[in-house]
Amino acid sequence: MTAPMQPSAPRRVRVGARPVLERGLMVSRRSWLVVLSGFFEPLFYLLAMGYGLGGLVGEVTGAQGRPISYAAYIAPALLATSAMNGAVFDSTWNVFFKLRFARLYEAMLQTALGPVDVALGEILMALMRGLLYAMGFMAVAASLGLVTSWWALGMIPVALLIAFGFAALGMAATSYAKSFQQMDIVGFAVLPMFLFSSTLYPVEVFPEVVQWVVKALPLWHGIELMRQLAVGAVSWASAGHTAYFLAMSALGIWLTARRLRALFLR
Amino acid sequence: MTDLCELTRLADSGRLPPPAAVAARVRARGIWLYVETWLLASRTWVVSLLIVAVLEPIVYLLALGWGLGSLVDRQVGVADGVPYLVFVGPALIVATGVMAAHQESTYPVMAGFKWRRLFLAAQATPLMPRQIALGHLASVMCRYLAQATLFWLVLLAFGATRSAWSWLVVPITGLTAWAFGACVTAYAAGLEDEGYEFALLQRFVVMPMFLFAGTFFPLSELPAYLHWVGWISPIWHGTELARVASYGAPMTGAALALHLSVLLGYAAVGTIVTTRRFTRRLTR
Amino acid sequence: MPSDPIIRAQGLTKTYGEVHAVAGISFDIAAGESFGLLGPNGAGKSTTMRMIGGTLGRSGGHLAVAGLDPEVEGSTVRAHLGVVPQQDNLDEELSVRDNLYIYGRYFGLPRSYLRAKIPELLDFAQLSEKSSAKVDRLSGGMKRRLTIARALINEPRILLLDEPTTGLDPQARHTLWDKLFRLKEVGVTLVVTTHFMDEAEQLCDRLIVIDQGRIKAEGTPRGLIAEHSTREVVEVRFGADRNAQVEPRLRDLAERVEVLPDRLLLYTEDGEAVLEQIAAAGLHPVTSLVRRSSLEDVFLRLTGRSLVD
Repeated sequence: MTAPMQPSAPRRVRVGARPVLERGLMVSRRSWLVVLSGFFEPLFYLLAMGYGLGGLVGEVTGAQGRPISYAAYIAPALLATSAMNGAVFDSTWNVFFKLRFARLYEAMLQTALGPVDVALGEILMALMRGLLYAMGFMAVAASLGLVTSWWALGMIPVALLIAFGFAALGMAATSYAKSFQQMDIVGFAVLPMFLFSSTLYPVEVFPEVVQWVVKALPLWHGIELMRQLAVGAVSWASAGHTAYFLAMSALGIWLTARRLRALFLR
Repeated sequence: MTDLCELTRLADSGRLPPPAAVAARVRARGIWLYVETWLLASRTWVVSLLIVAVLEPIVYLLALGWGLGSLVDRQVGVADGVPYLVFVGPALIVATGVMAAHQESTYPVMAGFKWRRLFLAAQATPLMPRQIALGHLASVMCRYLAQATLFWLVLLAFGATRSAWSWLVVPITGLTAWAFGACVTAYAAGLEDEGYEFALLQRFVVMPMFLFAGTFFPLSELPAYLHWVGWISPIWHGTELARVASYGAPMTGAALALHLSVLLGYAAVGTIVTTRRFTRRLTR
Repeated sequence: MPSDPIIRAQGLTKTYGEVHAVAGISFDIAAGESFGLLGPNGAGKSTTMRMIGGTLGRSGGHLAVAGLDPEVEGSTVRAHLGVVPQQDNLDEELSVRDNLYIYGRYFGLPRSYLRAKIPELLDFAQLSEKSSAKVDRLSGGMKRRLTIARALINEPRILLLDEPTTGLDPQARHTLWDKLFRLKEVGVTLVVTTHFMDEAEQLCDRLIVIDQGRIKAEGTPRGLIAEHSTREVVEVRFGADRNAQVEPRLRDLAERVEVLPDRLLLYTEDGEAVLEQIAAAGLHPVTSLVRRSSLEDVFLRLTGRSLVD
């Protein structure tokens, strides 16, 4: 004999971010060309800016204080930037589309998944791509002789850390956006960071006040960390840059979960 | 509750011209009616767009003209013999115009047919598919021109122009954006589903055009086997023209005519194909 | 017919490659009439509607709307029409009022006319209080009413309604039907496609039953029922496996018996009597029901299939 079925109290089953991640993987199996294409963007930048613009610029001072080629100067910065761009694209345009048109999240949140699972799943998906790109870029940069230290291997996990921070924050921002045109604003937050955070020229060309503003932005920390690793000039400052990204990631996750809950679980 | 008398007036107030007259008016002015409604609907996002359209050039010119410029200008005469700010400014207007064209010609077009179906709504009125197509192209042209005008004003404020004809960069940008945007719109109107085509277009067409087509450095800095990227890129043709207008970059009359014809050619082909595809998609 | 038909189709055909979406249908619709196209999904109803609006060319036959050929004079024909599409295509990012205004401008209607007209339409659609609300805040029924109000902006003589109440709850459907009745009262011609028999019965003076692009029957709802069905229907269920087994024993009790996957339908003039005979025969259905014949039964009779599958 078994006991009669008791009506159980409504209970949220924790299934974690895995189903969201699995869905992402299923989709990217179909879109391998897009996944592959992400690898070309930093490469195009490196070739165009490093060699095309490099002809106008000549040599610049590297992280160890020695002159290096313009391509070697921008390569670590481009890796950091591409980690940021990939993460922001995945967590903004991609997520915006799903939020507003495909209504994917509404469907997801009606299952046992919680908003945090959804957010983490999407972000993890972005990271797996980021890992592939970082490895590809490093292979190219190394073969062009643009990195000079074994520390440079550390640039790959750092790319993931940068991506995680931006993805978390980007997704939080997206959940507030309503139209295509508003999404441009998210893009607009990314652009100045790319342009000012010492990607293409040293921040020292600006007056001190501007320098402090730039140094408050996340991308600058990512780029500094990358440049230090590329030539092996690692110090306590490197640890500080890392801590910055850990804090940013936590903030992004918290905001996203809160907002998704407000949007769909009213 | 509405009584019968009010209802009769609702169905026929007697204040409307006969349907044939209504239709004749729409046939004559349909494109502009479409543009007018597009402008009206743009109220929901125009403020954020204008803010971006002013801040973006400031950011570009500060970062590239001033920041990057301070590196480039260490060597004299590398950028067409003018300060890097002056060199890169007109190119950036054209490039941002093309970026805007890419935005307006991809997802919003797909949305008009599929997600929001606003083209279909317009089609139930006397508007003809051709007018909806041309109306859409003309509407987004308003955005390109407004954006380019703001950019040009910022350029003036930075003292980055050298010619009284520098205002010509605005129509040049409009033409370049139309040329590129109409081609992309034609492409988007032919797509049944958005299977990442737009993302690929961005990565493999727009970005390379932007990076390798003379925006940041003269095309001649690249190895000769890459010059074709510039030749096929509307951005390069637009940029070369914008440089002539903005600081009087030297150019022969023949080159001028060539750049202009390439842009007009792209614009014409894009517009014709867009019109055809809109018509086919809305009437099949 | 009292006057010239406002819409006349003769041998209307639409072919996609080998597929005949509409395979030669003919009908006349009189001004002020409420005319229905009843049929399952894919029967060719929407295709016919789009040909009437001139947004789809035809492959053969003749078509005249208000005396004009929609394929040649599409824009003039559409100036006569109000179109309520199957899927709402309102601009969700704009307010209720702006949706009407913009649509009116697509017709090139004067601003002064629209300023006066919009409040009247909102009143009619019971949306006055929502005037400045964004469309994405409206319920399904409200969006549908707004779509109808929008279709009336040009004071059309003909209103084309493609599946007007699909996806709405019963309450919202009745509200909508009431609105459409009123329009008919003041002389607007309604052309309605539907796959709901109750909607066709409620709304249409006359209808055609379409299946696979062909007209199966034409008439008033009541006339069609009288012609193709009996007065009453007995629905009995014996459980999925037994329905077919029992059928031979019921065959003689009614004029006609239909076996559906989940139930048996017995067509008769007197349902109660048949029900008694079933019990007398020692058969005990799980459920039983006596009802009036409907257009669903007409459709089943004419095509051997259900309207809604």
